[in-house]
Amino acid sequence: MKNALELAYLVPLFPLIGFLVIGLGRKLLSKSLTGIIGCGVVFLSFAVSVWIFLEVKEGNSHVADYFNFISAGTLKIPFAFQIDALSTLFLLIITGVGFLIHVYSASYMHHESPEHFARYFSYLNLFVFSMLLLVMGANFVILFIGWEGVGLCSYLLIGYWFKNTEYNYAARKAFIMNRIGDLAFLVAIFMIIAKVGNANFSEVFAFAKGEVLDKSFSAAEITAITLLLFVGATGKSAQIPLYTWLPDAMAGPTPVSALIHAATMVTAGVYMIARTNVLYSLSEVAQNVVAITGLATAILAATIALKQNDIKKVLAYSTVSQLGYMFLALGVGAYSAAVFHVMTHAFFKALLFLGSGSVIHAMGGEQDIRKMGGLSKKLKLTFFTFTIGCIAIAGIPPFSGFFSKDAILLSVFEKNPVLYGLALFGALLTAFYMFRLLFVTFTGKFRGTEAQAHHLHESPALMTVPLVILAVLSFIGGFVGIPEVLATGGDKITGFLSPVIAKHEEHFVTHSTEYALMGISTVLVLITIAFAWYRFKVYQPKEEMGFGKLLANKWYVDELYDKIIVNPLMKCAGFLNNFFEKYIVDGLVNGVGKAVNYGSRQLRLVQSGQVGSYVLLMVLSILVLLLYQFFLKK
Amino acid sequence: MPVNYYIFLSLALFCIGIVGVLTRRNAIIVFMCIELMLNAVNLLLVAFSKMHHFKNAAMGSDAQLFVFFIMVVAAAEVSVGLAIIVMLYRNVHSVDINFLNRLKH
Repeated sequence: MKNALELAYLVPLFPLIGFLVIGLGRKLLSKSLTGIIGCGVVFLSFAVSVWIFLEVKEGNSHVADYFNFISAGTLKIPFAFQIDALSTLFLLIITGVGFLIHVYSASYMHHESPEHFARYFSYLNLFVFSMLLLVMGANFVILFIGWEGVGLCSYLLIGYWFKNTEYNYAARKAFIMNRIGDLAFLVAIFMIIAKVGNANFSEVFAFAKGEVLDKSFSAAEITAITLLLFVGATGKSAQIPLYTWLPDAMAGPTPVSALIHAATMVTAGVYMIARTNVLYSLSEVAQNVVAITGLATAILAATIALKQNDIKKVLAYSTVSQLGYMFLALGVGAYSAAVFHVMTHAFFKALLFLGSGSVIHAMGGEQDIRKMGGLSKKLKLTFFTFTIGCIAIAGIPPFSGFFSKDAILLSVFEKNPVLYGLALFGALLTAFYMFRLLFVTFTGKFRGTEAQAHHLHESPALMTVPLVILAVLSFIGGFVGIPEVLATGGDKITGFLSPVIAKHEEHFVTHSTEYALMGISTVLVLITIAFAWYRFKVYQPKEEMGFGKLLANKWYVDELYDKIIVNPLMKCAGFLNNFFEKYIVDGLVNGVGKAVNYGSRQLRLVQSGQVGSYVLLMVLSILVLLLYQFFLKK
Repeated sequence: MPVNYYIFLSLALFCIGIVGVLTRRNAIIVFMCIELMLNAVNLLLVAFSKMHHFKNAAMGSDAQLFVFFIMVVAAAEVSVGLAIIVMLYRNVHSVDINFLNRLKH
């Protein structure tokens, strides 16, 4: 049997084949065939990923070099995959959760015509392919190819229902904000290549650590590079200031929101920083920036989520907030805690999104929670799994969210108790708005129309089975990262990641402090949930006032961006189009044409048809040639 | 006789020929002037051949042979040209070169 690590190219190859087959054959394939191919290729990738995982667990890692992608002078960038602990973990998440979402989509999107259904699956497969390239790349350039690819697929999928102009604006917004981050990312890559000579991770990290001939990055350079990489991450992973695209991206189909904007694409930034943890450990400034930005985003998004009335928008802001937690963890140096949270977040956020999709499906397309209520009676399984997702995200033991969030909070506490206080506040907000969502949607009296009440039904099996699987994972997913205080050797995930992410220094806090922190957070979360139950068990929608209005309007950030960035740019574009383009550029181009036209008309007059004038011209030219020959050519 | 005399004569004939080609209206006169130019060149060739090889005329016979070539070319060209003029006259009923502007179309 061939070594799994050598067959790593199969993992992205399957979705690529799926994309090509479904994309090119979209007018020929039936919906069931498309569904089988689309889901099947992701399942095959998952199978190979599991096999790779079993190999990597033994401690093997591999860099597979396929061919020379760029070869220019001394710069050589190979198309190479790096299969180590970090990429394997992400492979499992992407293909595993991705497969469940593909299966869910086959049922959720069954209203579409076969051609559009195939278009959807081809985009999804292309997305999985790009994401796999991203996490498997062995150098910054391959990572960036995947980075761009997922941005593209995000655009294509958000604007999937392209007949709606608003959705197209949302897709465009997402793509443009991504690109702003990508510019910073590119500059960082250029700086790295300029200094190190190539972009391979192993060589860049060895260079950074000073293992190459005593050369290394200067402090200013490493800070600049890491800050630029972080700006790239803010664009992709929706942190301040480039987060406003994510709530708008809810225009896409719900499984897309689950896959791209919860479980995988938005975690690309976290992956990138975890991969380059060597560089970040060298720059105190960059780490502080990452931590503060992450914390600010976490709290800002949590406050906005408190007052949102669209099911998907609440979950979108929740995603932004949880990503903020991941970046907070990265900023304080707890890289493996951040990756752990990526994993558990993928489980419960995908669960929550798919659950909301189930609700939307039952409500016939309604997404406003003010028109829902009391759905627990008709949608029992959805309600049960959604509750599990809420408990997981709130961080109640022994669900997965507790362990990952606790790991983050512990590291934050070690760094700075004030940050811990704020992060804990954010966690309480998380619990509050999630359970607000749960109670308003599922409990109390139904506030919708009669027609909607009749239409309520539990979703078909293809939708509920992934929900159940994700619910199970949300429950047991945390057990790979049980902290030392509770069970020695329980923190398997940090050990697994240690070849890539150097083990964090031993914890400074005493065991009793750790128990106290865990206890405090759990108790406070339970109190918050009780408060939310008290507040929302009998819910009447009403107009927002004062501070609530500010939160409901997302702190008017979008309006602010519109005023200071978008409108000036549009005016500039208008000016350039109406004046510069019309008169100067077009004038120049048309002017050349007119000049040639005029010149040729004048020149035509030489051809008079008179033989005499032709002969005269001949004689004159001979004369000129003779003069030139005898007098000018010395 | 000094060779200058032959050169001047040849030059005069050539210039008269050129002026004739440029200014005369009758196509046949134009042809005559072209012949004049060719013969002026013939004269020059023979004069130089004699000038360079005064003692032994057989040595410098290259130029004299070339004169024969020129004469042959002139003859061929005249036959073709006159044929064209005859055809032209049949259509336009005139040999005035100012009427030969059909090349314009």
